[in-house]
Amino acid sequence: MDTVISARGVVRTFGDTRAVDGLDLGIPTGSVTVLLGPNGAGKTTVVRLLTGALAPDVGDITVFGMNPSGPDGAQVRRRCGVVPARPALYDRLSGYDNLRYAGELFEVAAETLPERIEHAAARFGILEALPKRVGTYSTGMRARLALARAVLHEPDLLLLDEPTAGLDPESARAVLGLIDEMAEEGKAVVMCTHLLLEAEGLADKVVVLDRGATLVSGSPAELTERFWPGTRVVLDAEQPTVLDGIADLPFVRGYSRNGVATVDLATADTVPDLVDALVGAGARLTRVEPQTPSLEQIYFEIRSRT
Amino acid sequence: MSTRPPNRAWTIARTDLRQLRQARDFWMPLVIIAGLFFVVIPGFLLLIITRVDNIELAQQLSDVVGTLPTKIQENVKGETGPVQASYALAVYLFAPLAIVVPLTVSSAVGANTIIGERERGSGEFLAHSPASEREIYVGKLLAALIPGYLTAFVGFGCYSLIVNLLVGPKVGGWFFPTTSWWWLMLWVLPPFIMLALAMILAISARVSSAAAAQQSSALVTLPLILIAYSVASGSMYSGSMVAVVIGALAWLGAAFALVRASRTVRRERLLGMGA
Repeated sequence: MDTVISARGVVRTFGDTRAVDGLDLGIPTGSVTVLLGPNGAGKTTVVRLLTGALAPDVGDITVFGMNPSGPDGAQVRRRCGVVPARPALYDRLSGYDNLRYAGELFEVAAETLPERIEHAAARFGILEALPKRVGTYSTGMRARLALARAVLHEPDLLLLDEPTAGLDPESARAVLGLIDEMAEEGKAVVMCTHLLLEAEGLADKVVVLDRGATLVSGSPAELTERFWPGTRVVLDAEQPTVLDGIADLPFVRGYSRNGVATVDLATADTVPDLVDALVGAGARLTRVEPQTPSLEQIYFEIRSRT
Repeated sequence: MSTRPPNRAWTIARTDLRQLRQARDFWMPLVIIAGLFFVVIPGFLLLIITRVDNIELAQQLSDVVGTLPTKIQENVKGETGPVQASYALAVYLFAPLAIVVPLTVSSAVGANTIIGERERGSGEFLAHSPASEREIYVGKLLAALIPGYLTAFVGFGCYSLIVNLLVGPKVGGWFFPTTSWWWLMLWVLPPFIMLALAMILAISARVSSAAAAQQSSALVTLPLILIAYSVASGSMYSGSMVAVVIGALAWLGAAFALVRASRTVRRERLLGMGA
């Protein structure tokens, strides 16, 4: 896969604050990368650096093989769609005029612009609201309009900064649906969030940021393997006390029981052995549930270790 | 993608103007000011003066005309004191208003233009757009310049009509605009508006709030308005050649100020940084 974004040793300071401190990033086409981190981790600054809205103090960034803060910046930005944390809309204009403005700035051909606007608005369920002034829109509608605006010019790279913050479930779903569609179309998506649940299942790659630096990055599977080795199984039985006997088995790494029993195993291969041992001990099992750790669990594991 | 090179500066200007048109609460007071200065006040004064039939008052008005420079007195038309006074008022004394009103309008619009983007958060959209900093600057400049010029020319048109209707019949027909007025409107006024806007846009890009932009702009434009007022009066009294020279100097100053100010519009300022 081609690399869309490449960043090496990027530093950006504001006064005495290092918002981004030695960022390394490589993002291929057709992938969804989630930048995770608490508020102030530098996620928004990273998005701004990627479009060239800000220039790095130190380090190199290339997007589509070009320097976004150099002379080719306009070409880079024309291929990017950005959904900022605040929708950044023009309240006095209608939804239609907001989209038309974006279409014209991003060089959508005049003859196809009306069609594109209608299509983008319909995609996010705001077609009927287009003639109304944006100042009258609800938060959800504003977010949908911002999404429509970001994809109007069919960008090759979509950058979303906390896109679901404060949204109703339907609008949040629209955002996540868009990310899925973009990835399916072979476009690259970078999403900043501190909401781990929404990143779950979407991310091809996770980059955990803290104070502007990359704590760790990799695919969810790689991170799981690295920070959550082994398998966790949740067990329950008609007589739960029978389960306590497995704590001493050689392949059991950890055991606890609080309502249900939680067992940590060295590998997933040993789950059948565990079940055999329990059945052999006379346990009538009502639940055997191997668990994949959630992104949230991995994230907190990473944070606790680093 | 379009094959025609995009005119993003004009797109930005047109969108700003569209927003301005929607902001009735903003432009209505400016229209009232323009109406007062170009229509109501001159119309009222000229109407009163041209109808003076009191001999003593007519003599006093003749005396006022007599205080004008000799060269001007030679150009003043009309047989009676009141008619001469109304002619002098129309051609020479109201001239500076043609500069003051558009300067006020453009300054008010210009002060909000960049800081407004930042306060609304829409500066983020522009910063991520393909528009260059130069295109954003030119777009914002046009968006503030056009309302000022529009006010000047519509006001000038209304003023010409009023002057010709009220004074024209008494001096042998329509006489306005005179050559000096054309120089003022087409040569002297534009650079003064641009000069003011260059300073105001630089302020708008640097300050942290619209209120601060308005305050600082007032500080900058007030002296400029006074200078423009003096220049306009001077060019009227001294003839077309002086207007040409003053205009040329003002254009030079405006060009220098515009180039300097264009450097103040930077993407990071649209994001609210470096203010």
